[in-house]
Amino acid sequence: MATTSTGKPPEVKVPRVVSPGEDILIRTKAWHPMETGWRKNHHGETVPRNRIRMFVCTFNGEEVMVADFHSGVSANPYLTFYARVPGPGTFEFKWLADDGAVYRATADVTVAGA
Amino acid sequence: MDHLELTEVRLSRRQVVAAGGAAALTAALAGVFPSIAEAGPKDAKKRLKEIADGRELKKGRISIEAPPYTEYAKQLRIAVEVDSPMDDTDRVKALHILAERNTVPEVASYRFGPTAGKARITTRIRVARTQVLLVAAEMASGSIYLAKGRVKVARGAGGCG
Repeated sequence: MATTSTGKPPEVKVPRVVSPGEDILIRTKAWHPMETGWRKNHHGETVPRNRIRMFVCTFNGEEVMVADFHSGVSANPYLTFYARVPGPGTFEFKWLADDGAVYRATADVTVAGA
Repeated sequence: MDHLELTEVRLSRRQVVAAGGAAALTAALAGVFPSIAEAGPKDAKKRLKEIADGRELKKGRISIEAPPYTEYAKQLRIAVEVDSPMDDTDRVKALHILAERNTVPEVASYRFGPTAGKARITTRIRVARTQVLLVAAEMASGSIYLAKGRVKVARGAGGCG
């Protein structure tokens, strides 16, 4: 798992056991400053733009959520959304930053009673 | 002494005006500032037009949950929900959040894939000042819904930059 520029790996919270067809809440957070490119540091130099510009979540290779972030998304971008899964599998999460960094996380789910 | 200096300043400014310098200065300022000035509702409307692509913006189905007043505009927690069963007959394809008076009016766009659950997201956004948030939902059927939510930001507590 890659770490972000703040040194911490992104966080995802996914229920481990789910039932097929139910709405499951997925909570994600990446640790990232989301620099807009307008801010100046205390030496008066402009801090170069560095945002997470895209977030992708897939389940067994199938798209769940693709998000485009702009400057209006807060630092340490937090996002929750819902997924409906047909069976057990793996969620893959990917954050793409302006500086070319890619942060990843995965989460496995199993089906109740299986 | 102070009085004299003031007079001098006034005189020199008048000379500039007489020379037509003020007009040039205004033009120069207007040329410089639009790039850093905050965007107006026009920019958000322009973006909205691009999203709508000629389709009619309908009302309803979207609910925006945002605090009516905030003193910490760097992290404004909002929730957006579209009333849709998310089955084959009725799905939300994409959700766009725009902030009219942010420097960049686009905040975020979300596309819902085939394994997406109910169309509800929560996130944290930056808001530059008291303004109207626009949320547009593109449905798989091709129709577009628009909702507006007002957010009040404490004076001087803008969250951009």
